[in-house]
Amino acid sequence: MYNQTEIIKDTTELGPEGELVVNMGPQHPATHGVLHLVVTLNGETIKKIEPHLGYIHRSIEKMCESLTYRQFIYVTSRMDYLSSHINNTACALLVEKGMQIEVPERAQYVRTILNELTRIASHELWIGAMAMDLGAFTPFFYAFREREMITEIMEDTCGARLTMNYIVPGGLMYDIHPTFQNKVKAFIKQFKEKVVEYEDLVTNNVIFQSRTKGVGILSAEDAISFGCTGPVARASGVNCDIRKIAPYDVYAKVEFDEVIETAGDSFARYMVRIKEMNQSIRIIEQLIDTIPEGDFVGKTKNVLKLPKGEFYQRVETARGEFGVYIVSEGGTTPHRIKFRSPGFSNLSALSHMAEGSKIGDLMATMGTLDLVIPDIDR
Amino acid sequence: MFLKDYISDVYNGVSSLLKGMRKTGYYFTHPKEIITEQYPDNRATLKLADRFKGEVIMPHDENNEHACTGCTACEIACPNGTIKVVTKSEVNAEGKKKKAVDALVYRLELCTMCNLCVVACPSDAIKMAPNFEHSVFDRTKLTKILNKPGSKIREGIE
Repeated sequence: MYNQTEIIKDTTELGPEGELVVNMGPQHPATHGVLHLVVTLNGETIKKIEPHLGYIHRSIEKMCESLTYRQFIYVTSRMDYLSSHINNTACALLVEKGMQIEVPERAQYVRTILNELTRIASHELWIGAMAMDLGAFTPFFYAFREREMITEIMEDTCGARLTMNYIVPGGLMYDIHPTFQNKVKAFIKQFKEKVVEYEDLVTNNVIFQSRTKGVGILSAEDAISFGCTGPVARASGVNCDIRKIAPYDVYAKVEFDEVIETAGDSFARYMVRIKEMNQSIRIIEQLIDTIPEGDFVGKTKNVLKLPKGEFYQRVETARGEFGVYIVSEGGTTPHRIKFRSPGFSNLSALSHMAEGSKIGDLMATMGTLDLVIPDIDR
Repeated sequence: MFLKDYISDVYNGVSSLLKGMRKTGYYFTHPKEIITEQYPDNRATLKLADRFKGEVIMPHDENNEHACTGCTACEIACPNGTIKVVTKSEVNAEGKKKKAVDALVYRLELCTMCNLCVVACPSDAIKMAPNFEHSVFDRTKLTKILNKPGSKIREGIE
């Protein structure tokens, strides 16, 4: 364990080889939350980065052990709050798999559409925040304009903008709003028109390109050995899309490409996310007109009891692979629950990626990792 | 070679800057496409989504009657102990003793708006309301009793 003096290091004294230790965070505008990085510098060159976690630890895993299989789903919205739908889906899928509950097709279609909308909303927020980290303020507003349309769709159908808790074991909590399909179509139309604005403002901008190209390079071998998943690993050329490897819901029925870049630098990670948004739009377009009629929730028992044993379910969130592992003793609550969060593994690669680069490049590297701190800390 | 690179760098830099400025200029001259909501000023016209989960309420009809039987299904479904149902036994017209709700205590400060209580309710006695301006000076004001004083259960609900 660290004591207080070890965590907050004295920054006035130089280290053995003239090193300077700088505490970045927990309150820092670019760390998006309470991430504390202890950065060891030699002049302006980064020698080592040590992340300190625990500032937003809420012991969610332990909390879930006292909640029933219906109740524990809402807590997972509070982990990766930008892809709360996808987290909820993972938990619901696990309970359905364990109890062999049949999910109606309508619920599966709506779940997939909502998951992809969540992914787009998360990437939109990321573009705005990342551009702001690098000093561009305007893209933030443009990105939030499109994101607002998605949150309005969520508000209509799920009743909340961020922590929806709309997905229950067996299907959905209630049916979709009558205006759901029209609003999603209107969103797709606007998104296709406006996504070119990001190209003008961010992608083709010379300052942005020179700040991200060749910065924070992660090779494919390192991405695998650090356990990186999601856009971070795909930018290094690793095939790791769970939607392709182990399809859930209706992902097996839809056509979409797994976006792969090979450069492994910050710009590649940026491009992966931009292209992924277009793929998400493609998935939604295939499903939105063909939502089948029928029940929105399957038949479940009043009290859910997982059989004795171990269960694991993984899904692809906006940040990477999210896994739920439950050990059940046959009761109404889980005996032990473990979440595998994508942010934690991605953060562990940060020190390796930023080593040897300048401190200004750390912003670009960290920004493209798309860290959500409550997801890392739980 | 160096000069050529330098000139192309300057050209690319200026052109990408102008591209971005053109976009900004477009919105500067088209204020109708700006979608900012003037929140505290537009309170009178602000309309939230009908399903918006702001707080739990218990609808009463014109005879001051509700549909809550006091079965505590919502209390069991709640993950945070937000709802506490206090029951009493009433003697009805036929002289039989019957369980009825005395007070449905709802603690808004603990509520996460997960909607599980509303789904669990067998008689649709409670629902979510789109009220979101909950700030008060005293925390105790957030503990509410949902059934109105003097209210009773509607006829025909078991």
